[in-house]
Amino acid sequence: MDQKVTSKALLGELLDKHYQDAIDAKARGKLVAWSTSIAPQELLETMNIKVVYPENHAAAIGARKCAQEFIDDSESKGYSIDLCSYARVNLGYMSIRDSIAGNIPMPDFIFCCNNICNTVIKWYENIAKDLGVPIILFDMPFNHTYEVQEHSVKYIRGQFEDAIAKLEEISGEKFDYDRFREVMAVSSETARWWKKATSLAASVPSPLNGFDLFNYMATIVCMRGKQEGLNLFKLWAEELQEKIRNGEGPWKTGEEKYRIMWDGIACWPYLSDTYKTLKNHGINMVTSTYPDSWTIVYESNDIDGMARAYSSNYVNRNLDYGVDNIAGIVKEFSLDGIIYHSNRSCKLMDFRQYEVQRRVRERTGVPSVIFDGDQTDPRAFSLAQYETRIQTLVEMMEQRKQEGRCER
Amino acid sequence: MYMGIDIGSSSSKAVILDKTRRILASAVVNTGTGTQGPEKVVETALALAGLFPEDILYRVATGYGRMLYGKADRQITEISCHARGAAYLVPEAGTIIDIGGQDAKIIRVDRDGRVENFVMNDKCAAGTGRFIEVMARILDCPIDQLAELSTRATEEIAISSTCTVFAESEVISQLASGAKRENVAKGAHHSIAMRVAGLGGRIGIRPIVVMTGGVALNLEIVRALESEIGYRIVVAENPQATGALGAALYAAECNL
Repeated sequence: MDQKVTSKALLGELLDKHYQDAIDAKARGKLVAWSTSIAPQELLETMNIKVVYPENHAAAIGARKCAQEFIDDSESKGYSIDLCSYARVNLGYMSIRDSIAGNIPMPDFIFCCNNICNTVIKWYENIAKDLGVPIILFDMPFNHTYEVQEHSVKYIRGQFEDAIAKLEEISGEKFDYDRFREVMAVSSETARWWKKATSLAASVPSPLNGFDLFNYMATIVCMRGKQEGLNLFKLWAEELQEKIRNGEGPWKTGEEKYRIMWDGIACWPYLSDTYKTLKNHGINMVTSTYPDSWTIVYESNDIDGMARAYSSNYVNRNLDYGVDNIAGIVKEFSLDGIIYHSNRSCKLMDFRQYEVQRRVRERTGVPSVIFDGDQTDPRAFSLAQYETRIQTLVEMMEQRKQEGRCER
Repeated sequence: MYMGIDIGSSSSKAVILDKTRRILASAVVNTGTGTQGPEKVVETALALAGLFPEDILYRVATGYGRMLYGKADRQITEISCHARGAAYLVPEAGTIIDIGGQDAKIIRVDRDGRVENFVMNDKCAAGTGRFIEVMARILDCPIDQLAELSTRATEEIAISSTCTVFAESEVISQLASGAKRENVAKGAHHSIAMRVAGLGGRIGIRPIVVMTGGVALNLEIVRALESEIGYRIVVAENPQATGALGAALYAAECNL
């Protein structure tokens, strides 16, 4: 045990443990919840209730290239091809209940928050109805104003209080407010370290190969309220700082020629294809709009602050914020270009994408491309189309760098 | 001498330039990637120019099949090549509309013919050459006579479906209920124009508008598109070969 554990190895261990703990809890007759990816997990952690995240699980199934079986199952039940593919994978998993990507126990109740997506409510309602289990719903209204309004904060706070009462009823145990304060503190601290680690990619060259972000993201979803999660992100930040000190770039071989941002979710079934196409051109995805969703930071014991933080997720905020956010990222991370993933599954993210692209382009002058794909449905992506768009982006970035001079 | 080879989904094109960037030969073969088309078009262009393969100093391949063609010195995307080719022919070009066999793209270029922004159709044949092929087949009309058929229309039968498969069944039912072929043909042309104009709206069309690609040979589509976007369209000379011309211009530049 002299060898220092890397954050990557620790990440794998923590994820395995996360799933195993949930399976063990279920076997011992303990409660298990299914939750959306950016829900107030603090409440569940306080009550020591094990949680699994169907979106995380669906992404893992997608990345293991075995989503089709689950998608076929749910489509044959009548779920439309136009629905989110995470939903189709998960609704298929509910009947198949076995995957090489790992298994999750069935839930005793549903924990659903619509700050990430408006249609997710219907998906989770269907799970609850199918399984005959209770649902705790957090309605976080879309912020048409730039900042979260006070009336929304009050509305959300009321829902937190209501959820606590429901959790006490479901579990038959009292909610421990002292423990809640501790969990809030750990959650905020973990989110801070997550932000710190991901921000280190602003160094040139970036010590971080951005596709690693997608891996670490699985843990910020499910480990935010835990000390282990906090330790992981501290370790990761240290490793990245060490790389910066040594002047190391994102890869063992190959130079970081272009720095780009990826807007939206990954194409999990084509993770390595999409990555290799970029790497072959020397493109490093240094950051993405997506990971910042878990930078949920507030003062401990400040429930209003917690309500505001959960409602502030970028997909829950208005167009002006969306544009400012990306324009800010372009500057902070010294970007050469932007790739927008027009994700067939995610209407919420795609809806304003063309307008965001137009405004960001106008404001920053940085070239960008939009490609069509999907987060988990392997049928909705064409590698040749992706390659052409990426190569065009390279040509535009190169033009901008060299002003017409030919480079070979 | 410099050669540009554009290997598309349904045709192959080649252009040869001399050292002063004058066009020596331009050839089109109606088979694309995965066929003998690319070889054939290169041979044809060389024969037209009276040259041998070793006379070519630099070759740039573009188009859908650019990566599969082994004899190019460099591959450049069809987006950059169409922009370069169109800007060479029409130096004041602001927007290029290229409709080919399986894709439609709108490219905004700056004053130097450099790509500023572009938008392409997604995984959908609507608004592409493939849509016209399907329409020509069900209207039982050779594809090069479809425009002529449309000019004889007395009214337009609108095709409301965007999806090519849905549009096909819509047209079949129109014909079955007695609609005239020429009126349906007019609707088909309009349908493509609307789809492409919609695509253009995403990035904004700036004059002068130049149209390239095989579909530009159909003047009815050009006319319908002009009325949809509200700008006059300049059809590139030999529109099918614009991508190959751009590739040849890049080849000349790369060999400096």
